[in-house]
Amino acid sequence: MSRFRKEGKKETPELNMGSMSDIIFMFLFFFMVITTMREASLKVHLKVPSATEIQKLEKKSLVANIYIGKPISKNENTLPPGEVSVQLNDQTVKAEDLKKDVREFIGTEKESRSMEDRDRLTFSLKVDKDVQMRYVNTIKQELRTNNALKINYAAGKRNKN
Amino acid sequence: MSKRKTPGLNTGAMSDISFLLLTFFLLTSSINTEQGIPRKLPPPKQENTEDKIVDINKRNVLNVLVNFRDEISVNGDVIMIGDLKGKAKEFFANPNNDPSLPEKVSKPIDGIGDFPVSKGVVSLTNDQGTSYNMYVQVQNELQRAVNELRDETSLQYFGKKYEGLDSAAQRAINTAVPMSISEAPPIDYGSNGAN
Repeated sequence: MSRFRKEGKKETPELNMGSMSDIIFMFLFFFMVITTMREASLKVHLKVPSATEIQKLEKKSLVANIYIGKPISKNENTLPPGEVSVQLNDQTVKAEDLKKDVREFIGTEKESRSMEDRDRLTFSLKVDKDVQMRYVNTIKQELRTNNALKINYAAGKRNKN
Repeated sequence: MSKRKTPGLNTGAMSDISFLLLTFFLLTSSINTEQGIPRKLPPPKQENTEDKIVDINKRNVLNVLVNFRDEISVNGDVIMIGDLKGKAKEFFANPNNDPSLPEKVSKPIDGIGDFPVSKGVVSLTNDQGTSYNMYVQVQNELQRAVNELRDETSLQYFGKKYEGLDSAAQRAINTAVPMSISEAPPIDYGSNGAN
């Protein structure tokens, strides 16, 4: 009587994989939301130096970035003698406008923060490691004359040897 | 049999694809923590005030000079980057009260009491042709010297490392072991040679 006998091999029921992808998509969106892409697309090659004694900056909203490095495309504005570009927001700066642009950059960055945050605003210098100090010194001088005194030399973490 | 069952879509591969996307995003995007070596620039020069030349005793100054070939000299001796921390530490700490190293002034500090604070100042001069990497390395080594001294002082007075202290105690340690770097205006010897 085949009625009570088990019929051959019983197939294991297939797992429903459909909801699996939903879960993974949720993960994906979660990560896409919490991680931040760089707000400005980089116009310069940037490989920051590494250091051991780095500190984390307190708040990302209180940081304004200044990028200095070799331009990625040939059409970017450079500082003489034409090897290094300074990028503020998402534009490289013309050599003759450098002072004006840095001043305006500091002004707009300060204005977009509330009063009590202005003194805590940090200007992070993201400078390629092969850049000569002359460009960094120029920017530092401009920051200083415009009373933007909190700066940060961006650096990656390196372990103590 | 009238109706044929439609075959179920195999959605197993879908999750593979979304996994791939997930790993892609994990690798490319970064939870971008801003990190680096924080520094304070000196306030801008006032137009109408003359530069005050502060007379600092020679023993209180450690002259660190980085040239356009990224060579470092400390008080005239050429050293390697690895030796800078030791030199700076010795300079700031001056454990044996050597007369050629900086003097100390006893200051009352909250939470510590009287502490001999070093009057030493590192004078850092770089060339316009110095690479930024070397500049950061020098700043890093100087910071490391101070951090190690802060840790030692902190262990001695609070029994903990500097990082584990509360902010009031950290401030006390900062006063006891100040980070005093003064940056001289850069020189431009190597402008022809380096480009």
